[in-house]
Amino acid sequence: MHRVTSGQKAFQLVNLSLLSLIALGMLLPFINVLAQSFSSSTAVTTGKVTFWPVEFTWINYQYVFSDASIWRSFAVTVYITVLGTLINLAATASMAYPVSRQEFAGRRYVVLLVLVTMVFSAPLIPNFILIKELGMMNSLWSLMIPGAISAFNFFVMRSFFMQIPGELIDSSRIDGCGETRILWNLVLPLSKPVMASLGIFYAVGHWNTFQSALYYINKPNLWPLQVKLRQMITTDDISIDPSASQFSDLAHSSPEGIKMAVIIIATVPIIMIYPFLQRHFVKGLMIGSVKA
Amino acid sequence: MEAGRIRLVSRSRRQLASYMWKYKALYVMALPGVLYFLLFKYVPLAGSLIAFQNYNIFNGITGSEWVGLEHFRKMFEHYDFLRILKNTLLIGLYDTIIAFPAPIVLALLLNELRLVFYKRVLQTIVYMPHFLSWVVVSGIAIGILSPSAGAVNHFLGWLGIEPVYFLGEESYIRSILISSGIWRDSGYGTIIYLAALAGINPDLYEAAEVDGAGRWRQTLAITLPSLLPTIMILFLLHIGKFLDFGFERVIVFLNPLNTENGEILDTYIYKAGLLQQQYSYTTAMGLFKSVVGLVLVLIGNFFSRKTTGESLY
Repeated sequence: MHRVTSGQKAFQLVNLSLLSLIALGMLLPFINVLAQSFSSSTAVTTGKVTFWPVEFTWINYQYVFSDASIWRSFAVTVYITVLGTLINLAATASMAYPVSRQEFAGRRYVVLLVLVTMVFSAPLIPNFILIKELGMMNSLWSLMIPGAISAFNFFVMRSFFMQIPGELIDSSRIDGCGETRILWNLVLPLSKPVMASLGIFYAVGHWNTFQSALYYINKPNLWPLQVKLRQMITTDDISIDPSASQFSDLAHSSPEGIKMAVIIIATVPIIMIYPFLQRHFVKGLMIGSVKA
Repeated sequence: MEAGRIRLVSRSRRQLASYMWKYKALYVMALPGVLYFLLFKYVPLAGSLIAFQNYNIFNGITGSEWVGLEHFRKMFEHYDFLRILKNTLLIGLYDTIIAFPAPIVLALLLNELRLVFYKRVLQTIVYMPHFLSWVVVSGIAIGILSPSAGAVNHFLGWLGIEPVYFLGEESYIRSILISSGIWRDSGYGTIIYLAALAGINPDLYEAAEVDGAGRWRQTLAITLPSLLPTIMILFLLHIGKFLDFGFERVIVFLNPLNTENGEILDTYIYKAGLLQQQYSYTTAMGLFKSVVGLVLVLIGNFFSRKTTGESLY
């Protein structure tokens, strides 16, 4: 179909190189972090490390794993990610299902109610006062309940449910199924793709929780990983806990190396689910953009 | 079912009530969600009224003294506010000029790539940074920009340039904010453009080729016009968030040395509002930000509808 001229060949070559450079630019900072996390203190602080570990060592990771407060933050993050995502999916589905059915008189008002919140959102302080009044300060609920339903995801799920034929649901009703059973045994099994993709999006959101934890959590033992990491990045004193001196060569770890090790630990789970993530997000984004 | 719906229209109120009773389970299921939106979205919206009060936590919103536009007046007279507003506007402007077109260019380049397998590999790489948290992104940036250990200064050293403490000088902070945003999000932003590009009718290109148009000409005459509706819609959504650069992505880069140029409304609201408890004053700022955003969308939408026929509503 195409007449391949030399100009086109040259363009292809330039384009290929340019895109490869861009991709490299996205990847290299990450490789740099990885290399630093595996390098000795002297190599890191004298700036010898670029894209390959210098004087390879596990010491930074050993330090991180010996620090109880990092473990605690990790556990908090896992907890809010698992429980929070379950709450998200349950809350979003149980609202999206009824609103997707034609039998629901007045569903337009509910849609409007949600739509308005996408346009107008309250400033920080009134939200903060509400959380405070509800007694959620310094409770992990403050990281899970206020974001239980994302308006955007509500619309994505609703439009998916709307594609399920009404006849199918009617016939289950005739068979004597209640609405809860229809949702649980019929609609949800048919909706695995949308549940998986929204679930993964919600989960990434919880894993990366930082802002709301900064607002609502001021007890360090309830800090999620991102807040802990942020604190380690800003305060340069990674306090070397005397009780952690069981390994003698602590002197070989460096604040930079330790920070990089925590960055890697905070990122690895995302990288691990990335193949699943990638399969879903294009589809998810498209459903949302067309219907919402 | 369809018939049932049509009949519903002519029903009396009593019949509607009995119809709703029949499907009461649906309403019961939807109720928690509705209450959620009322409590967590509408109550704070109503709580924004404290911008017009001298809000006091002990008296609450009903017992606090009303002061009208006092806080707004104070805001516009305050030196700090004008400096922070300038920062917010400049960062928003740079973001619009530099970061907004980045995914469009990237998508056009990716679209021209003929090696399908390699294209997939590149897409996988460029989408990924989007899923890292801003804390991680700032950690990486602070690491590679560090004057002693950072890779960037390492390379500058090869060129004989003295190490620069990028995050410790206020002149670099805006560039760092914009470029870290491009690094994290421009790849992911291509998804929607690539989908739009895939939807272009191939017949158009064939016809253009018959007429003797080269690739470049085809891009100008077919690809860009076909992409315009998508660009317009995303642009309108973007300018609605003009003052909303994002709290997280800025706070993670701020330090006392670069605050002068890096502080934006969101980070100031956090510091003055939450940390110093100037509740009413910072709520006024937050309201100001929302209203400006809304006005920008309305203006943008108006011009877009007049010129390209595309609009959000």
